[in-house]
Amino acid sequence: MASFKGVDFYNVSDLFSEEELMIRDTVREFVEKEVVPIIDAHAQAQTFPMGLIPKIGELGLFGAHLQGYGCAGLNNVAYGLIMQELERGDSGLRSFCSVQGGLVMYPIHTFGSDEQKERWLPKMTAGEAIGAFGLTEPDFGSNPAGMLTKAVRDRDDYILNGTKMWITNASIADVTLVWARIDEENSYGGFLVEKGTKGFSTPQMKGKWSLRASITSELVLEDVRLPAGARLPKTPGLRGAFMCLNQARYGIAWGAVGAAMSCYETAVNYAKSRIQFDRPIASFQLVQRKLAHMLIEITKAQLVCWRLGRLKDEGKLRHQQISLAKMNNVQMALDIARNARDLLGANGILDEYPVMRHMCNLESVNTYEGTYDMHTLILGQDITGIPAFT
Amino acid sequence: MKIVVCMKQVPDSETQIKLAPDGGGVDLHDAQFVVNPYDEFALEEALRLKERFGGEVTVVTMGGDKAKEALRTCLAMGADRGVHLNDPAFAGCDSLGTAGVLAAALRKLEYDLILCGKQAIDDDCMHVGPQLAELLDLPQVCVVNKLSVAEDGTSAVAHRQIEGGSEVVSVTFPAVITCQKGLNEPRYPSLKGIMGAKKKPLDEWRAGELGIDPASVGAGAAAVQIRQFFPPPPRSAGRKIEGDPAHAAKELVRLLREEAKVV
Ligand SMILES: Cc1cc2nc3c(=O)[nH]c(=O)nc-3n(C[C@H](O)[C@H](O)[C@H](O)COP(=O)(O)OP(=O)(O)OC[C@H]3O[C@@H](n4cnc5c(N)ncnc54)[C@H](O)[C@@H]3O)c2cc1C
Repeated sequence: MASFKGVDFYNVSDLFSEEELMIRDTVREFVEKEVVPIIDAHAQAQTFPMGLIPKIGELGLFGAHLQGYGCAGLNNVAYGLIMQELERGDSGLRSFCSVQGGLVMYPIHTFGSDEQKERWLPKMTAGEAIGAFGLTEPDFGSNPAGMLTKAVRDRDDYILNGTKMWITNASIADVTLVWARIDEENSYGGFLVEKGTKGFSTPQMKGKWSLRASITSELVLEDVRLPAGARLPKTPGLRGAFMCLNQARYGIAWGAVGAAMSCYETAVNYAKSRIQFDRPIASFQLVQRKLAHMLIEITKAQLVCWRLGRLKDEGKLRHQQISLAKMNNVQMALDIARNARDLLGANGILDEYPVMRHMCNLESVNTYEGTYDMHTLILGQDITGIPAFT
Repeated sequence: MKIVVCMKQVPDSETQIKLAPDGGGVDLHDAQFVVNPYDEFALEEALRLKERFGGEVTVVTMGGDKAKEALRTCLAMGADRGVHLNDPAFAGCDSLGTAGVLAAALRKLEYDLILCGKQAIDDDCMHVGPQLAELLDLPQVCVVNKLSVAEDGTSAVAHRQIEGGSEVVSVTFPAVITCQKGLNEPRYPSLKGIMGAKKKPLDEWRAGELGIDPASVGAGAAAVQIRQFFPPPPRSAGRKIEGDPAHAAKELVRLLREEAKVV
């Protein structure tokens, strides 16, 4: 099969610098050669392709938008293009990198002590240590402020108790950033919990139909005693968690375009070669309408991402703008994946083609990092000034 | 160790070949361009030798303005310096002309070893490496898929792929080695390499700087003139032999013997 050339109807590439394009093309080639050939087998087996981690580290993709500690120090557009290409391969792979870079390295970099940074960032950049981010609980998803996980001060230590759910990478993580309420401060804090800490376990969740090539786990914390040095000292309460989520949501907005491009490309190629009623199905108006619609939506989403990235690089980005991009782009990608699945007929359900895997993955992407509806409410509040969350 | 890698920018192997309307060339307007894959093996080998012995890797290419992108890719992979031989006079060189321009550039550079790809995947001539060695009066080992450089870095044992086996050759440096698939697994440029590529030296040399008389190179001076390009004849549809297997097999053998005359 021919390798992926991208979709670029509006010459959006012309808006990127030579370096940004070289980064995109490098990751594109990496995904083509290292990810595409193995990803379906991993999704079928519900395993994460662990062998990719050192390779991704060598390329420098983990925390590529951070400065220092061995990180590449890229701008946000280049970082976005990386997420796009990774998710062209698989949303699970992009999730891994989002969690590692956006949800663990970023907070350590931003809220951590020098000691925490020295200890974790160089290893995490190289892919020698894996991170996880524990915010969601069984009873608190869209409303994390209600969380029950508690940290209680005991002289120089903290003692953590609680349960988290839906935590990407946790079973394979060396360090998990656990968010907990701290009643005595009437606030929340982030704690770095290391693998093997007494009272801390991470049972893997099974039975997902979505993000099957990504590890998802529970966290169980039973009287987990942590030294005060495990707390991220500069965390501004729960706002710290939202700052992390903004990083990851930003990457998702780009990633969704990658998944959509993969589905579109598959659909176009299939439509041209599949013969029914003695003609390629691409010659039917209803099929052409679907393809045209996909191209229109991808093109719009690409421009949204480009502008979003430039705003972020200029330091002018508002988090509501990320909400718009996240909800729009994931919805359009899901829509395209469903249409592509339909267009491929029975073949659309096979792992010979990536569409059903993308389609199922995008259901999670639609839900995590703020559901479509939660981002709608964020925009609603921005438009009207009236919060409608409760 | 000072190593020079000769690199060519070529159309991506997946490019759909379209002929120019006059049949005199290939229309590459829509093509994507890449570093010639065999030259990537040469560069990777050079980078590994630099990691082992220290020194410097210079990549030289002859080509138009666009070839600069391929040089930058090489710098991003880890080469230290790029030299771009770019002059309208060079357009249309045959392989000997190209080797002559490269030789002129190499006379201005220091080197212990010159690495080339075994061939460029666009015109597939396999000429330039050997011609370059002849012009510089250097030993050459071609189509190498394993290279063991001695501890002192002044000689090597090279394995050449030959019909049905391999030939083991020892060679003293400086030498020209052309690289074959299997020699190594080329690395991806790292993000830091990409970000640093723009800061590395990239020189552009014209005919004058190389002491080349423009009239002696390019299409006009080429010893080999391309007369015409034409696509292979379209394949005709296959034939299906119907009937029960025993009969069909008999019929197939008859056709192979009588019509195709292959058995
Ligand atoms: C594969 C996967 C990986 C994940 N990885 C992580 C991770 O690494 N770390 C982590 O902390 N979390 C992770 N999550 C959890 C994810 O962030 C949550 O699932 C998400 O926040 C939604 O929470 P919930 O599932 O509890 O849904 P709920 O909050 O129960 O929402 C259910 C439905 O109700 C709607 N809804 C909720 N509140 C309102 C309202 N006020 N108004 C209107 N509608 C509303 C929602 O939009 C949704 O449609 C992951 C989830 C998945 C599926």
